[in-house]
Amino acid sequence: MSVLIYTENFDGKFKKTTFETVSYGAEIAHQMGTTAIALSLGSVADNELLTLGNYGASKVLKVNDARFSNLDNQAFAAVIAQAVEKEGANVVIMSGSNIAKAVAPRVSVKLKAGLVFAVSGLPKNLSPFTVPKKVFHGKAFADVVIKSPVKIISLAQNSFGVKENRQTAVIEAFDAKIDDAAFKTKVTSVEKSTGKIILTDAEIIVSGGRGMKSADNWKPLEELAGILGAATACSRPVSDEGWRPHSEHVGQTGKIIAPNLYIACGISGAIQHLAGVSSSKVIVAINSDKEAPIFSAADYGIIGDAQKVLPELIGAFKKFKAEN
Amino acid sequence: MKILVCISNVPDTTTKIKLTADKTAIDLANVQWIINPWDELALTRALELKEASAGKITKVSVISVGNQSAEPTIRKALAIGADDAFRVNAEAKDAYFAAFQIAEAVKTEAYDIILCGIESSDYNGSAFGGMLAEFMDHPSVSSVSNFEFAGEVVKVNREIPGGYEVVEPALPFVAIVQKGIAKEPRIPSMRGIMMARQKPLKVVEAAPAEAMTEFVAFEPPQPKAACKMVDPANVAELVELLHKEAKII
Ligand SMILES: Cc1cc2nc3c(=O)[nH]c(=O)nc-3n(C[C@H](O)[C@H](O)[C@H](O)COP(=O)(O)OP(=O)(O)OC[C@H]3O[C@@H](n4cnc5c(N)ncnc54)[C@H](O)[C@@H]3O)c2cc1C
Ligand SMILES: Nc1ncnc2c1ncn2[C@@H]1O[C@H](COP(=O)(O)O)[C@@H](O)[C@H]1O
Repeated sequence: MSVLIYTENFDGKFKKTTFETVSYGAEIAHQMGTTAIALSLGSVADNELLTLGNYGASKVLKVNDARFSNLDNQAFAAVIAQAVEKEGANVVIMSGSNIAKAVAPRVSVKLKAGLVFAVSGLPKNLSPFTVPKKVFHGKAFADVVIKSPVKIISLAQNSFGVKENRQTAVIEAFDAKIDDAAFKTKVTSVEKSTGKIILTDAEIIVSGGRGMKSADNWKPLEELAGILGAATACSRPVSDEGWRPHSEHVGQTGKIIAPNLYIACGISGAIQHLAGVSSSKVIVAINSDKEAPIFSAADYGIIGDAQKVLPELIGAFKKFKAEN
Repeated sequence: MKILVCISNVPDTTTKIKLTADKTAIDLANVQWIINPWDELALTRALELKEASAGKITKVSVISVGNQSAEPTIRKALAIGADDAFRVNAEAKDAYFAAFQIAEAVKTEAYDIILCGIESSDYNGSAFGGMLAEFMDHPSVSSVSNFEFAGEVVKVNREIPGGYEVVEPALPFVAIVQKGIAKEPRIPSMRGIMMARQKPLKVVEAAPAEAMTEFVAFEPPQPKAACKMVDPANVAELVELLHKEAKII
């Protein structure tokens, strides 16, 4: 019996979501009275692997094989399944990322293990194994029972948090059996912007809607984001208009985000928009219409013209940053 | 070459979610049903590819696991332009069950490309496409935001943090698609709706299989505390609240 946590790395480094996943897996292992084992695929240095011990992993299985620097769903799933079998793990934890979406379902079929995606907290019950999850993009919560002996849980981002729990992790090389023929997808090129804060990593997000009126009006919004160390986002019509790139579109048909702070400027708060942002810890809305539905989803609101409010906010945050 | 699009029948995205009295299910009375938005875009892209293929793509089929009540949604997919359809006659108990059913139903049909959506808008499972690929032992690419042919080769864009990768999968394969795959979903024309009535919709009986997961209880979200309003003439107060009360800056 054990809990196995699949840890994603990004060019050899772990991110907050990885540590959150490990923290969560370690807590479940604690509840079950067993150990938390992390699994890492690809080239990650041992000192980086050891950081997983800070969040409760007592062992790190590493498959230090350069073939895993590009995602191949089938090959990754095969190796994760092998590790689960080797360790006799009965609970497998993954993040809620696109990588988990690509891989977890395949592991599920390989192991005949029930999978619940984007779980929002600790199991409510270990027998029957019951986990909470949002459905209908947050319009309801559900309890889901996983009936199979092995259970796979993907944790929704920012729903547990990073929790320190220092263990001295031992690193063990895992000799996964996988031949080159198993890699059936080939990555031929990569387009990646560097330096920009990535939307799904951001702690603070400043977002604009059609109420911003034109692409030119984004300057103050970007300035505010700069001051807050925030990423910028937008509603769907804004990216449809071409005012902002499609990668910034949040909502049901864009990105689902869960930052600590979401500042919505000139966004009405349509249900499909809220579906992507309602997991934010705190929502601030700036809207000229006091009846805008965004105010029923927001924690703090300012009724006013975003063009006038944003410069004021920039001033106030600058002052705050200077003093703190 | 043949393309299969897996479609899930879901409540309209603006549906108000009500629970049954015992809170063990969503009350589905008076719900409007639609094709899951990703599947509608996947179908749109499949049809575009077929039209541009100069006859190389011979057929675009759709398939759904569901009982009879899913048929209007399947007919809509035919009206949009799919050539034929399958319905596996069973309630889709979970993604594992549904993917198994589809793998069984099409195992002798030799589809070269199978398209699924990245998430159903009802139970937000994000599980089906990868499961289907594994049941069929096909490669899969997830988070696909663009799909093209370069001669004989398929090229898809896979979204990654901060950008995308171009991936070339071996065929047959499963593409799990998201935003970007097509611009706007196609809307059925009058002629499409008329023709859909004559197009083949084959009902396949379900194979014996179990579900791995079960939804046992539902709860409405916690009601949110009222929004605190800050005077636009005094935005410093907002900064103060975010710092001292919400403690997030
Ligand atoms: C299937 C489907 C999926 C969808 N998916 C998404 C999605 O993923 N994401 C998404 O965002 N939308 C999505 N939509 C669209 C959604 O329904 C709304 O149309 C959209 O979110 C509205 O965008 P908006 O709030 O920017 O614009 P609007 O609804 O036009 O709102 C503009 C707001 O700005 C305010 N305003 C105007 N002037 C000012 C000013 N000077 N200062 C301050 N405020 C001002 C107005 O009061 C208004 O509230 C989807 C729709 C469908 C049917
Ligand atoms: N009952 C079903 N019949 C056919 N396809 C389905 C069904 N359920 C889910 N899918 C496919 O799986 C995708 C979403 O996966 P999931 O969120 O796991 O339900 C959808 O976009 C469909 O392509």
